[in-house]
Amino acid sequence: MSAGALLAAQLRATNRSFWRNPAAATFTFAFPLVFLVVFTTLLGQGETVIGGTSFDNSTYYVAAMATFGVITACETNLAMGVVVARDAGVLKRVRGTPMPPWLYLSARVTHAMLIGFLLVAITVAFGVIAYEAQVPTGIDLVRFVASLLVGAGCFAALGLAVSGIVPNAEAAPAIVNGIILPLLFVSGVFVPIGDDAPSWVNTVADIFPVRHFFDTMRDSFLGTGSFAWSDVGVMALWLAIGIVVAMRTFRWESRR
Amino acid sequence: MSERVVEVRGLRKRYGDLEAVRGVDLDVDRGEVFALLGPNGAGKTTIVEILEGFRTRTEGEVGVFGRDPAASERSLKERVGIVLQSTGVDPFLTVRETVELYRAAYPRPRPAGEVIELVGLAEKANARVRRLSGGQLRRLDVAVALAGDPELLFLDEPTTGFDPAARRGAWALVRDLAALGKTVFLTTHFMDEAQTLADRVAVIAKGEIVAEGSPATIAGRDRMLARIRYRAPAGAPAVPEWGQEALPDGSFLLRAEDPTTMAHEVAGWALERGFSFEVFEVTQPSLEDVYLDLTESEEGEP
Repeated sequence: MSAGALLAAQLRATNRSFWRNPAAATFTFAFPLVFLVVFTTLLGQGETVIGGTSFDNSTYYVAAMATFGVITACETNLAMGVVVARDAGVLKRVRGTPMPPWLYLSARVTHAMLIGFLLVAITVAFGVIAYEAQVPTGIDLVRFVASLLVGAGCFAALGLAVSGIVPNAEAAPAIVNGIILPLLFVSGVFVPIGDDAPSWVNTVADIFPVRHFFDTMRDSFLGTGSFAWSDVGVMALWLAIGIVVAMRTFRWESRR
Repeated sequence: MSERVVEVRGLRKRYGDLEAVRGVDLDVDRGEVFALLGPNGAGKTTIVEILEGFRTRTEGEVGVFGRDPAASERSLKERVGIVLQSTGVDPFLTVRETVELYRAAYPRPRPAGEVIELVGLAEKANARVRRLSGGQLRRLDVAVALAGDPELLFLDEPTTGFDPAARRGAWALVRDLAALGKTVFLTTHFMDEAQTLADRVAVIAKGEIVAEGSPATIAGRDRMLARIRYRAPAGAPAVPEWGQEALPDGSFLLRAEDPTTMAHEVAGWALERGFSFEVFEVTQPSLEDVYLDLTESEEGEP
């Protein structure tokens, strides 16, 4: 079987397994939508001012939860999935067969990114229907797609990198969420960061890729005009860092 | 002329200060069922995982089909099937999907249905992996290992945790594989398993091979003295001096070079005096006796 056909077969199997695991599939898809409803209900009455223009909070949250969905699918789910498979001996089993290891991991990464894209599509569709959010067009759509592709790749690479650091499946949720949740908060994904926030919050958010990803998603989705390609550059840098760390820390067997 | 499939010379593996494998030589020829027999912690899994390419070695030469497994070549992996204690498959796929997925990676795979049938999982072909019992999971492991139609099969403690019926099933499967001409490299800590399945056995203790040979002749088992054990009923006359030793349960044990003549003499003596022994048995030393001898003599070493 050719590498392409083998990749497709592995991708199909990964996808089947994902949808047959009700807990994982439900939470992956429920969280961004539930959060969208919750945040919009609690905080959606007002408006957020970005670059002198004000936007409905509900529209702001459509972009925010699309961001959150991609990060959940690509970083959190991928890291946990790889750790669980490693603990169960699936990775070791794969390594004992002629299936190229890169091909197996490519299938998992591709699947995580596709789930991320699907989440964005659902979140946006839900936002359009429920909150009359505007879908970007023209140059903003190009920016949105570019941001989505680089961002999904970046968080998938970081997900693989994190999986190498996590010792076993029991520790995975604590470590993975412990890294990502604070970053989601300081990056304004859940609650907009006001001008009076302490400066260290912005400093931390500047270093890590979450805020940069959120900024590009938000600015292209809302068409604020303040979209910066440098944010995409930072994500690309983190993508490279993620790959390097993943290659150094990745393990085929669990260490207990 | 037989073809060498596995060749190991002077293999050593150190984990820090611990030397788990201490200079092992092994040869396995095509079509052989070879058993590496030893207690837990003797180094069996370490050796097998080095042969499979999962672990690196500290010292020595290792060849599988003349290649170094540490190089992790795809062409070598295509010829080898692996059943390990520590591997698993995706719990949410069905048995058939799992076998199909793995066979796709091989150039000349066996039909999935045939492999599933061979391991006795035909009725479970459409069941999710997570619904399988421990024994069924093990058989699925074997099915996955067979999916690529390997020439050499590694089975690391294939029946550990099996109930007696499942063990017999697994043994029948290994015999089927041998009949197909597969080379089987088996590790086990069960004497009866090695005795039943293997053409050749190597006994390993504390990282060293302490004996090697056919199950019937290993460590001079065929030349060891047969044992005659008997117990006289209460009130019987004292047995004559044949060189027997008294056992704690009141019976006597006699080692005989010619068990037929000796048993005849002992039994005849009793019958002449008008009684029968309560216990009367003649046994050849079992592989277990040999094994315990070999592995216990190692216990005293540091």
